[in-house]
Amino acid sequence: MDTTIELTVDGERRAVTVDTRTTLLDALRERLGNTSPKKGCDHGQCGSCTVLLDGRRHLTCLALALSYDGAEITTAAGLARDGLHPVQQAFLDHDGYQCGYCTPGQVCSAVGMLDEASRDAPSHVTEDLDVPTTLEDLTDSEIRERMSGNLCRCGAYPGILAAVRQVAGA
Amino acid sequence: MTDLVPAPIDAKAMGTALPRVDGVEKVTGSAAYAVEHPVPRPLACWLVQSTIARGRVVSVDRSAALAHPGVLSVVDHTDAPRLAETDNGELAILQDDRIGFRGQIVALVLAESSEAAREGARLVRVEQQEEPAEAELREDNATYRPEKVNPSMETDTETGDVDTALAGADVVLEQTYRTPYEHNNPLEPHATTAWWGEEDGRDRLTLYDSSQGVHGVATALAPMLGMEKEQVRVMAPYVGGGFGSKGEAHAHVMAAALAARTTGGRPVRLAVTRQQMFALTGYRTATISKFRLGADRDGRLAAIEHGVLEQTSRLREFAEQTASSTRMMYAAPNRRTSHRLAVLDVAVPSWMRAPGEMPGMYAHEVAMDELAEACGLDPVELRRRNEPDLDPEKGLPFDRRGLLECLDRGAARFGWAGRPREPRSTRDGEWWVGTGAASATYPAMRQPGNVARIESLPDARYAVSIGSVDIGTGARTALTQIAADALSVGPDAIDLHLGDTALPPASVAGGSSGTSSWGSAIVAAAQQFRTEHGHRPAPGLRTEAGAERGDEAERFSFHSFGAVFAEVRVHRDTGELRVPRLLGVYSVGRVVNPMTARSQLVGGLVMGMSAALFEESVRDPRFGHVVTQDLATYHIAAHADVTGVEAEWLDESTTTFTPMGSRGIGEIGIVGTAAAVANAAYHATGIRVRDLPLTADAYVG
Repeated sequence: MDTTIELTVDGERRAVTVDTRTTLLDALRERLGNTSPKKGCDHGQCGSCTVLLDGRRHLTCLALALSYDGAEITTAAGLARDGLHPVQQAFLDHDGYQCGYCTPGQVCSAVGMLDEASRDAPSHVTEDLDVPTTLEDLTDSEIRERMSGNLCRCGAYPGILAAVRQVAGA
Repeated sequence: MTDLVPAPIDAKAMGTALPRVDGVEKVTGSAAYAVEHPVPRPLACWLVQSTIARGRVVSVDRSAALAHPGVLSVVDHTDAPRLAETDNGELAILQDDRIGFRGQIVALVLAESSEAAREGARLVRVEQQEEPAEAELREDNATYRPEKVNPSMETDTETGDVDTALAGADVVLEQTYRTPYEHNNPLEPHATTAWWGEEDGRDRLTLYDSSQGVHGVATALAPMLGMEKEQVRVMAPYVGGGFGSKGEAHAHVMAAALAARTTGGRPVRLAVTRQQMFALTGYRTATISKFRLGADRDGRLAAIEHGVLEQTSRLREFAEQTASSTRMMYAAPNRRTSHRLAVLDVAVPSWMRAPGEMPGMYAHEVAMDELAEACGLDPVELRRRNEPDLDPEKGLPFDRRGLLECLDRGAARFGWAGRPREPRSTRDGEWWVGTGAASATYPAMRQPGNVARIESLPDARYAVSIGSVDIGTGARTALTQIAADALSVGPDAIDLHLGDTALPPASVAGGSSGTSSWGSAIVAAAQQFRTEHGHRPAPGLRTEAGAERGDEAERFSFHSFGAVFAEVRVHRDTGELRVPRLLGVYSVGRVVNPMTARSQLVGGLVMGMSAALFEESVRDPRFGHVVTQDLATYHIAAHADVTGVEAEWLDESTTTFTPMGSRGIGEIGIVGTAAAVANAAYHATGIRVRDLPLTADAYVG
């Protein structure tokens, strides 16, 4: 069964007709032609499909599109609308990628993670929940933990860490 | 077209950390992978797979699938296009009713959307008739002796008298080491876009394929489809990793080609799911390595024996060369290696990063650690005492044998000196702490059949073309630097083109041979271009050339070497393992781009650590399929697992091997790494685990 929903994707309002079974990821990739978010597992296990959804990082493969009528989505392509985002530039500077397939998801996840950290959201490795988190104080283990939802089979984690650290100013 | 032996080139662009030339496309997601290219009115293709290990398809009931909205057709063995050749049992799909493994493609569903195709595949009813199958590797069924092992090595080797030497040795170590089934799991699942058309009155098949070698895919498919290679065009501008699993076409590529044959020219997109990858896109066989080492009291080896038991598929033979590195690694006058396979009704195994060296050196380097302890020697010193003067296998001098330098430099940087000799000597709070070392090696390889094209462009620019593939290695960037130095221009004057069979032939991105093979062809073409057209050519002049080799392979043995050092912490109560430090030091010839090379070597170390701690494809021996068929159950290293991984290399150049001086770096990072981690875990705990992966349960108690 088909339904038409509206999504704002990378700043552009788009109507899209989706099957009730269509995931947000497939709506973006196969119906709107935005292949910046990638399909690595389709099961919420790899993070390649991460976008910013209403400002927060979100897996699009575990989301049914019609549940997100009216949502605002920013992909890694959208982050670069006015020139590369500092996170993207940092990935280039530190070679935080090889094949590039997990990279748009890593980039979106890093942008979302830095925002979470700047709003004092704790992680599994946060030692003291009463001490406010500042980006400058983000430890390597905090960054690694917060980025662990995004798998990279090329093993570019050290470069990703350095890139995120550069943007955090840590 | 000319073939010449290229002269060595000076490094100006080579050796600089040029950022990836395709970086912006990757960080924004605009780089288009195999099913991301816009094509008109694409159809989605979904695979239907067998659920028995051996038998036949009795019937395929399509009615429910065809009744589903959006489903256009179902193709099975009764009506699939016939192939002209069926020798390749992996690729010859849908040609008869035979089932050779669980997960084999038995039907294809074509639909207007991926949702409909997937549901259609679920609705296809396949009646199967089961036959007795054998799907479990055991020591007693690995009895088949293959004619050769991958790629074309001797199956068995023997020098001297191993049994007599062992009988007379002061110290004998006899142990068995096991590595599990492992899956490559590149982040981009294998995928193909295919369409048929006509050109010059002949059929024409066009593919976007996630492949490590576009020319290889065309060469494999064309004769099976009854065509000339030129009638198949394969493009792979971006590939999301491969690690060997995209080195050759697997069955889904043929599925896409056959499906597209039935659509009247409409393109077909076939994306293999992560789950399907565990049955269809290759894997590393489990290995059982039986080692016997005999040494004198000072640790000097008199005998090395490495017997390998592993498996292949009845459908298509692949024999991993697990004992190959044992033949050349250390000095010993008496040596014996062998490979025996169980021939099983299972999916077809294939290349996975450093096939042979990875499992073989795991076993050898843990055995050396055990021997060092038995002789009361430091593990690094043991390796020093067994350094050969000549390659023990070929009898030739090594052009460069950098092992000891890597070990010494690594030991100094890692802080190896002062390491307690006794295991279970160091505890830090709740954690036992240990360190371990292992050697690494990988042969330097240059593949034949590479041709590059140089064309002069306006404004003193050059188009450089070769039909190779950058699967994430950085080839596009490194080849740009090589072309720049070969033409004596800056890298920004080079327009590099690759990833298309419309470009000159190139060998696979595998065997750590890409840069050596393609780069040598580019240097040859550049030098021939200068000979023909000089240094100030008019635009539009072209030269194609390939690189011949001199007689260097008859005079030298070419290998890269490395040393890996690991610190492991094992929790005293839970057995949890952590690897806070991992260092690899390598002798790999000239490093063309230190930034991308570091990522390659670090990536190999990470994958080796991942194999040490996590990776295992658990096979159900009743059916032969992998039950851990996703990334929630087949664990690979995540970001939080990777701390303190560092790689460095010796400053060197091997222009006897390539005009660039490089020897290849893609695989050596995974070699020896699991052994270093295992040896460190032993040093931490005093518990010797010989089977990978090293899981917590083995260290509790």
